[in-house]
Amino acid sequence: MDFLRPASWEEALAAKAEHPTAVPIAGGTDVMVEINFDHRRPEYLLDLTRVADLYEWEVGEENVRLGASVPYTQIMENLRPELPGLALASHTVASPQIRNRGGVGGNLGTASPAGDAHPALLAAGAEVEAESVRGTRLIPIDAFYTGVKRNALAPDELIRAVHVKKADGPQQYSKVGTRNAMVIAVCAFGLALHPETRTVRTGIGSAAPTPVRAKTAEEFLNAALDEGGFWDNGKVITPSVAKQFADLCAAACNPIDDVRGTASYRRHAVGIMARRTLTWTWESYRGTAARSEGVA
Amino acid sequence: MRVNFTVNGRPQDADDVWEGESLLYVLRERMGLPGSKNACEQGECGSCTVRLDGVPVCSCLVAAGQAEGRDVVTVEGLADFAKQRAEHGGCAAGACGTSLQDAQQWQARGTDSQTGEGTQLAPIQQAFIDAGAVQCGFCTPGLLVAADEMLERTPNPTDADIREALSGNLCRCTGYEKIMDAVRLAAARQGEAV
Repeated sequence: MDFLRPASWEEALAAKAEHPTAVPIAGGTDVMVEINFDHRRPEYLLDLTRVADLYEWEVGEENVRLGASVPYTQIMENLRPELPGLALASHTVASPQIRNRGGVGGNLGTASPAGDAHPALLAAGAEVEAESVRGTRLIPIDAFYTGVKRNALAPDELIRAVHVKKADGPQQYSKVGTRNAMVIAVCAFGLALHPETRTVRTGIGSAAPTPVRAKTAEEFLNAALDEGGFWDNGKVITPSVAKQFADLCAAACNPIDDVRGTASYRRHAVGIMARRTLTWTWESYRGTAARSEGVA
Repeated sequence: MRVNFTVNGRPQDADDVWEGESLLYVLRERMGLPGSKNACEQGECGSCTVRLDGVPVCSCLVAAGQAEGRDVVTVEGLADFAKQRAEHGGCAAGACGTSLQDAQQWQARGTDSQTGEGTQLAPIQQAFIDAGAVQCGFCTPGLLVAADEMLERTPNPTDADIREALSGNLCRCTGYEKIMDAVRLAAARQGEAV
């Protein structure tokens, strides 16, 4: 095994181009487990912890450009106003020790359907900035996950950052597990209201081969909210609408039975989380709308 | 490969390190510092917790090469680390710290039968002893490092703060209540000292 230690992003890209099989390592919270357990013996380890750019973020007009290695702890502490869904998701990651090391780039690189960041990224809307010596491209988050632990990266590409849309409304994140810490999601759900476009976006984790959006449920809810004038009148969402939304979210799952839970439990739980997160975010939206309009 | 890094305030190097080796392995097997415990090797149990550039991490998940040029504090150096922090607000690498030999021989054994008496202990270590938070002791080093860092950051922690800060450290003996007591005790004493 060779340990490659690029001191800059350019050196990292050159190393990845020269050794496409090199396994990038930053927080090490996935890669080191595989090495410790002898599940993986990469020919090259590409250490990215010396590339300072990857630990920085920039808050722009519409997006946050979040460096691939920014630890979850930093996201929780510094980006909650801009990325509330991702901050909530970050807080559910493992333990303080793990959150101090791991970041979104690793979640994306591993592309496990159980990665905690994915539902929040899908719901907020995001693009993955992938770069190689050939150039940079932005991959829409919907097109990034291509299979179980597979993503759209080319062998010579590295994840530089993820561009996440700044929240323009309330966001929520929910995760099912046996305790609050150190839990791989049985299933997880992210929901974001986008009042500017009057749309709702979702993200489902651990309930399909890849993280997915519940697109049919989103379309149904967008239409129902529009028809009922809910964005304007700020009324409580009709229980029948919430139920239909929850059922459609459950239907968007394609889960399996495994040690963490059964497929039918996952479908059921996703439906419950969909209804709850919708209620939480909508109540928050109604509160804000009422305040901004000066209505009691 | 060779890894140069600072351990407990003193520059150290390790030779013939395998590229896939963890920082934990280097500390235990190459530096002779077995205070950080090796249990799950997957970041679940926290018994290998050390501070890497001040931040608590599971040393089993840090590749040895990633520690190059970094600053590591292990439980063996915690007493001195806490002392320097209390007296000078910390110290520059090499200016103080615990030598490798001292660290290797560090024991919480006093001059008589009273554990800890006559030995320099960090306040959190003394609190663990006084509260009876140590049973088999395997999780203790990781808990000490994590709890000490939490008290540095959050001088007046709520129970929720303590639980969250220690949520990555598993203990199978105590049921955690005595550990909670110990951290509350250390926090209270820290408050009195100010």
